[in-house]
Parts: sequence; structure tokens; C-alpha cells
Amino acid sequence: MIGFFKKKNKKPEEVEEIVETVEEVQEVQEVSQPETGWFSRLTKGLSKTSNKLTENIGAVLTKKKLDADTLEELEEALIVADMGPETAMKLTVALSKERFGKDITDEEVREFLADEIEKVLEPVMQTLVLEKQENGPCVVLMAGVNGAGKTTTIGKMAHYYSSQGKKVMLAAGDTFRAAAVEQLKVWGERSNCPVISKDTGADAGALAYEAYAEAKKQNMDILFIDTAGRLQNRTELMAELEKVVRVIKKQDETAPHATLLVLDATTGQNAHSQVDIFSRAANVSGLVMTKLDGSAKGGVIVSLAEKFKTPIYAIGIGEKIDDLRSFEAKAFARSLMGLSE
Amino acid sequence: MFDNLTDRLSGAFDGIFKRGILTEDAVNQAMREVRVALLEADVSLPIAKDFVEKVKAEAIGEKVLKSVKPGEQVVKIVNDALVETLGSTNEGLNIAHTPPVAILMVGLQGSGKTTSSAKLGKFLTEKERKKVLMVSLDTQRPAAQEQLQLLGQQINVDTLEIIKGQSPVDIAKRGMDSGKKEGYDVVILDTAGRLSIDKELMSEVEAVRNLTKPRETLLVADAMTGQDAVTTADNFNSQIGVTGIILTRIDGDARGGAALSMKAVTGCPVKFMGTGEKTDALELFHPERIADRILGMGDVVSLVEKAAETIEQADAEKMAKKFQKGKFDLEDFASQLKQMRKMGGFSSIMSLMPGMGKLKSAIEDANIDDTVIKQQEAILSSMTKKERSEPRILNASRRKRIASGSGTSVQDVNRLLKQFQQMQTMMKKMRKMGGKGLMQSISGMLGGGGGQELEAMAAKMGMDIPAGLSDNSDSPLGANPFDDNGGLPSNNAANNPMGANPFAGDSMLGMGGMPELENGRPMKMNKRKKAQAKRRKGKN
Repeated sequence: MIGFFKKKNKKPEEVEEIVETVEEVQEVQEVSQPETGWFSRLTKGLSKTSNKLTENIGAVLTKKKLDADTLEELEEALIVADMGPETAMKLTVALSKERFGKDITDEEVREFLADEIEKVLEPVMQTLVLEKQENGPCVVLMAGVNGAGKTTTIGKMAHYYSSQGKKVMLAAGDTFRAAAVEQLKVWGERSNCPVISKDTGADAGALAYEAYAEAKKQNMDILFIDTAGRLQNRTELMAELEKVVRVIKKQDETAPHATLLVLDATTGQNAHSQVDIFSRAANVSGLVMTKLDGSAKGGVIVSLAEKFKTPIYAIGIGEKIDDLRSFEAKAFARSLMGLSE
Repeated sequence: MFDNLTDRLSGAFDGIFKRGILTEDAVNQAMREVRVALLEADVSLPIAKDFVEKVKAEAIGEKVLKSVKPGEQVVKIVNDALVETLGSTNEGLNIAHTPPVAILMVGLQGSGKTTSSAKLGKFLTEKERKKVLMVSLDTQRPAAQEQLQLLGQQINVDTLEIIKGQSPVDIAKRGMDSGKKEGYDVVILDTAGRLSIDKELMSEVEAVRNLTKPRETLLVADAMTGQDAVTTADNFNSQIGVTGIILTRIDGDARGGAALSMKAVTGCPVKFMGTGEKTDALELFHPERIADRILGMGDVVSLVEKAAETIEQADAEKMAKKFQKGKFDLEDFASQLKQMRKMGGFSSIMSLMPGMGKLKSAIEDANIDDTVIKQQEAILSSMTKKERSEPRILNASRRKRIASGSGTSVQDVNRLLKQFQQMQTMMKKMRKMGGKGLMQSISGMLGGGGGQELEAMAAKMGMDIPAGLSDNSDSPLGANPFDDNGGLPSNNAANNPMGANPFAGDSMLGMGGMPELENGRPMKMNKRKKAQAKRRKGKN
């Protein structure tokens, strides 16, 4: 397992490069979307509800002195954001090491925790670079449990990359769920991208194979392959996913060039099991977290980053076609703590 | 990381309990562990806190029974309280009213509303003999209405004709009108997924509710939901009034703490559980099963059911007979491996097994996975039929041939044969010791005894489990070879992967149980045998 992650980890220089490109991309996005910046949308999403986490922290620190009780309550506030007991404990321990027994303001606690969280998230903040390959399209495989938002995310990504001037094709690989193919077709229309499909019940591997051949023939830059939602403990379904990957590799050994696991922000600690098992079955190269516009804060991403170090490429903040943003560690950490940018 | 509460508590209680009563100090300490266990299972914090307070009050001053360990006793108290809080079984639907009765399905995006609507439609049609009309009000998600329509065709339940461009309220009105005119008993209204903080969409569903006056408003929620469960359930309940909960994806490996949160915050019963993707995978709620999961005690009932599902009846009966005769050949070994793989392999079975958390991670660390099963299957299928039924004819040249045929080495083949031999010996011994009762449970386990026996078996096992977890000699799962060593020695494990088999105990034999091995030798076999014999004596 360690070897697997090592292979995936980028060398330091490469990481720096990536960080640079991240900044560039963000600038581009900010220019093209002046009204709905990433952060404002995210904070808007997160503050639609009364932000319980920051309320909790505010309430905790009326005493102003950092004692054991206060720390325990702080830890709980972090748990409420789905960070999990372990990560929450780690963060509070870090805080207590620095400031135990000293006076501290509400703002300082938030700043401190946001900084700590940012440190955890920074290494996983990466940009999804999708470049046409020499011998064919760049293949992106979408995987995840049922209802995570795979099809919607493909729709949004198709829109984003085709508006960047890329030739994008979609493959309706969810051949199991009723009307999943129709759903992707609608997204294809919305984003002006061709959709390759078969009837419901068809073999997902065969569909992927044909889609690749078609995308290559039509000289596409990117091919997004949708898959049926599957619970990670269903071995036979995970084997099917492995098969899809194998079939794709028959035409291009380096494909899929990205395998994205879509996680629902509402999910609790089970996200760990999802990342673990999907990574093993399909070599997940990055995560997309959806539904961050809801009342769930997606704090599990912090413990995921700590444990798996899988890159996080994007977040979904709504049902509209442009409700997809690249993931930003600082903004995420600060909005989690209810701080302004 | 601790995987289950019993492990946790046995750690916390070491050396504390000498006085024969649960003291406040000890209980406080235990409750901290309980709280973390609940949080790890995604029970929302406020609910976990209330729950712990309640349990604490019950536990302090309880006499420690001589026969159980204090940790186990606390687990029992916690478990009982969980079951009680989760509510009773068989909360049916309240649809006895002038037809058409509306059932409103609400929930977040992707929680499983449409699939659950279809399952419910099928359930009401087939089990309750109602005439059901399904109506999709989901004008948000592309092809959502078509999805319900297709599902309706699959399960032979009528759906309302789709008219594009109609608003959800208009569709609901049309649905209720059709329901009245065409004599439907029940109209299931599937709504678009919405965030509980989306004011616009929440008032839309409120308007639908006011118009259709549903007898049941069911909140569909994913068993994987985290801390947000409490917010979502509370918002939906306070804004549109929920009457029950459908917990979906219970076939996943989430601990399902969300069920407790939602039940506690809304006061509404969990009425159904979604147990799979097929349209008949809907069951009435079983609080005991969710309680076991939340506490990380595994889901023995699910395991047994899974076994019953995947092990074919005829095969099972055949094998039970073979066991009774004390015959067990490589053919049977092969079919056991096949069954194990069908059930999802080691890790899948292990995740359902109580108390196997530690072992599971040890096995993962040691890199034992299902490739081992595959390898052994390969070896077995490289043998001739005759070789499988008469393993003693396997001489050196045959072994060589088998090794090259299966892409393994002669050592691998030898190892497998040694394991097989030990299994055979053990089975013979067990037959002598176990007598009739044991054979019955094996045949029951294998499906020969039918559903009822399986349930009873599961109940028995479930009861035994907490007691077994911290004391190997009493474990119904058989001695765990790894506890003695404080973990799984990786070289042994890699060499003898089947030795890590949790099914070595008698109850699980039918599912691929094999004796523990250490470097190819039986490990502490005598000790184990004695313990088993002792236990059996005690039972008889």
C-alpha cells in the first residue's frame, strides 16, 4: 500500500509547479466568473445555515482562558463538522500545546485551527490537468457510491473543459440505473458534448471500449466515462469497476489518465472506507467533493487528507452547470472555521 | 484504532473492576469510550451526549455479574439502550384512510428517494395489495421523471404520465386527481432532492404537502450520513413534518449512526431500510441490527443472511451430509473457497464479523487478500477430479504438474494439502465431540435448516459474541490465533493465509472454516480443543 502512494506522490519540484498552475487557473476562473468567486460561493453555501461550528467555538470561548473543558468543547465542535474524533483530537492537542492556560480570543482560536487545517489540506490541493494524449484522448473515469453526484459532476466538468476550447466526449457508463443514460444525455446537450451510450443493462466495459474508439476517431481531447454508483463493500460491483479499467487499458495502457472518486459532503466517517476501497480497486487519482452548498461541512476531507493524501481536485456547490470550483485549501479551512478570506 | 466498543472497553477497564459494582469513576471512564465509539459511527454529537448521559445514569451502581466482564456488561447496557432509542420493529405505514392516500417522499439529493419510491410502490402493491400510482415531482434533476417511469414499468406499478414543463405543485394536483378518478389506493409522490436550507425548494414541497395532505411524509436518508443528519432531519421535520424515516444503503459498510440521530431529533420511527439496488430490497426496520453496527459489533444477521443467499441450497445440503459422514475431500474444500469468494472474500466477510476489526487490519497489513483464495482455487482446479476426491494419490510428480498448471510452486501445493489435512482431522474430531447438536447447527448454517433456524442461530451467536470477544477460550468464533501473539505475524500469515480465517470456530465451519496454522503446523490445537470440549460440556 505504501508503495502505491509513493508512486502517486509527486516530487517536491513537481508539486511546486502544480501549485503555480493552480494559482494561474484560479486567476483565470476569477476573471471569468467575477460575481461568483469560489470563496464567496463556498462561504455563502456554508453560511446559508447558521454556522454551527463557529457558533460553537464562539460559545466555548466566552471564558477566554484555554483550559481542559474549553479544549474538550472545541474538540466537539470539530467533530460536529465530521472531522472525526481522531483528527479533532489532534487539532485540539496542537492548540493546547501552544496556548494552554493562556488567554485566547475566539478569533485567535479560529485562526489557529484554520492554519492547522490548511497545513493538512495544502498538499492535497491540486489542479486537474487534462491534456490530450499522443495516441488518443485523455480518459477520465468517474467512480463513487450511489447518489454521490457522479453524473452531475461530469456534466459540470464537460461544460468547464469544453468552454476552455477542449473537445469533450461523454460515455454513459452507468448502464444499471434506470434513466441514468438519459440523465447524462441531458448534460451532454447542456454542455454541447457528444454522448456515447448503450441501452440500460449493457456491459459497462464494452461501452467504455467503444467510447474510447469513437473518441479517438473523432479526435477528442477528453473522454469522461461515467460509471454506475456502487457501494464499496459490494465486491462483485468493485470487480466490475476493475474490469472497466482493464478494458480501457486495452486501447491505451496509460489510461485512465485520471480516476476521480466523487464524495458526498453529507457523508460521515464512511468516506474513509470509500477512499480506501475505491483506491485499491480503481487506483483513484483524485477526489471531488459534492453538495458543499448544503448544511454539511465536509470536514471529513481533513481526516482523509491526513490519512490518504489523495489530491482533491474540485468541489460541487450546487446543481447548476457552473457550480463546480477547484479546491482551495486556505479558503476551505477558513470557511470551515467561519473566517473571512 | 479500536474497531469495536468491546475492545475499547476491555482496554479501559483493565484493573479497575475488583469491587463487584460499577463505580461512578469506572462508568465515567467507560462512557468516554462509548461517546467516541458513537461519534466514530457518525452519531451526531448532541445525540451522542444525551445518550451517554442516559446510559451513565443506568449503569452506575449496577452490580457486576460474576459471569461477565464489566466491559461486556456496559456494552450490554449500551446496546439495550440503543435498541430502545432506535425504536421498535414493524412500524407499518399509516395509510388506512379514504383513498387515494398520499405518501410524500422527501430528502437530500442522492439519498435514494426515487429508488425507495419504487421499492415502496412494489411493497404496497405486492404485500399489501394496494393499487398504487407513482408520481415524480422531480423537475430539477435531468431524467428523474423518466427514471421513476422506467422503474414503474419494471415493477408493474403505474406512474403518472409525464407532461414536460409542469410545476411540481401542478403535477401533484394532477396525480391526486388521477388517483381519485382512477381508483388508486395510494399515490406515492417522489420529490426532487433538496437541501434543507434551500428556502425556495422547501416552500415548494410545503405547498405540495398542503395540497395533497399526505398521511405519511417519509424522509429518505442515506445510512452513510455524517453529523449533518441531525440538521437535515430537524429542518425537514420542522418545516414539513416528517412521519417516518427510510434509511437507505444499509447494505453498505457504514456504521449507520445517522439512524440514531434522526430518530432522536425527529421522534419519528425509522420505518424501512433499503438493503440493495434491486426493487425488492426494502425491509422493515430492525433496531437490533443497527445497534450492533453502531457499536461495531458486526452485523451477524446480515452475515448469516449473506451466507444463506450465496450458498446454494443443494450444495449446502450435500455438504452437510458429507460432514455428518465425516467425509471431506478437496472437492468440498474447493467449493468452500468458491462460497467464500461469492460472499465477497475475506475483507467483506470480516467487515460483517463482530470483533474482527483488529484482525481485519492485521490481515490487510500482512497483505493477505483474496488473491490467496484465488491462488488456492487455481491449485484446486489444476487437479483432476480423481485427485480432488482422493487426495492421497497426489505424489510428487502430480504435485509438480499441479504447481506448473496453476502457476504456483510445489510448496504452495504442499501447503494447501497440509491445511486440508488438518481440516479433515479437525472435522473428524469435531464430529466425535460435537455430536448431533453441532451437526445440526452446521447444516442449519449451510441453509439446510431453512430461514427460521438461521435466524435463531444468528440470535444465539449475537448473544454470545460480546462474551467471546475478550476471552478467546469462550469465543463462539473459535480461538483467535492472533490475540495470543498480539497481532498477526506477517510471515506466518503470508505463508498460511487460511490460518487467519475467522471461521475456524465451529459455528462458522460451513463457510470455509480452516484450522489455524503456524508455519504449517496446527497452533495450540490442544488448548483449543479442550476449550471447545469444555464449552460444549457446559452447554449440554
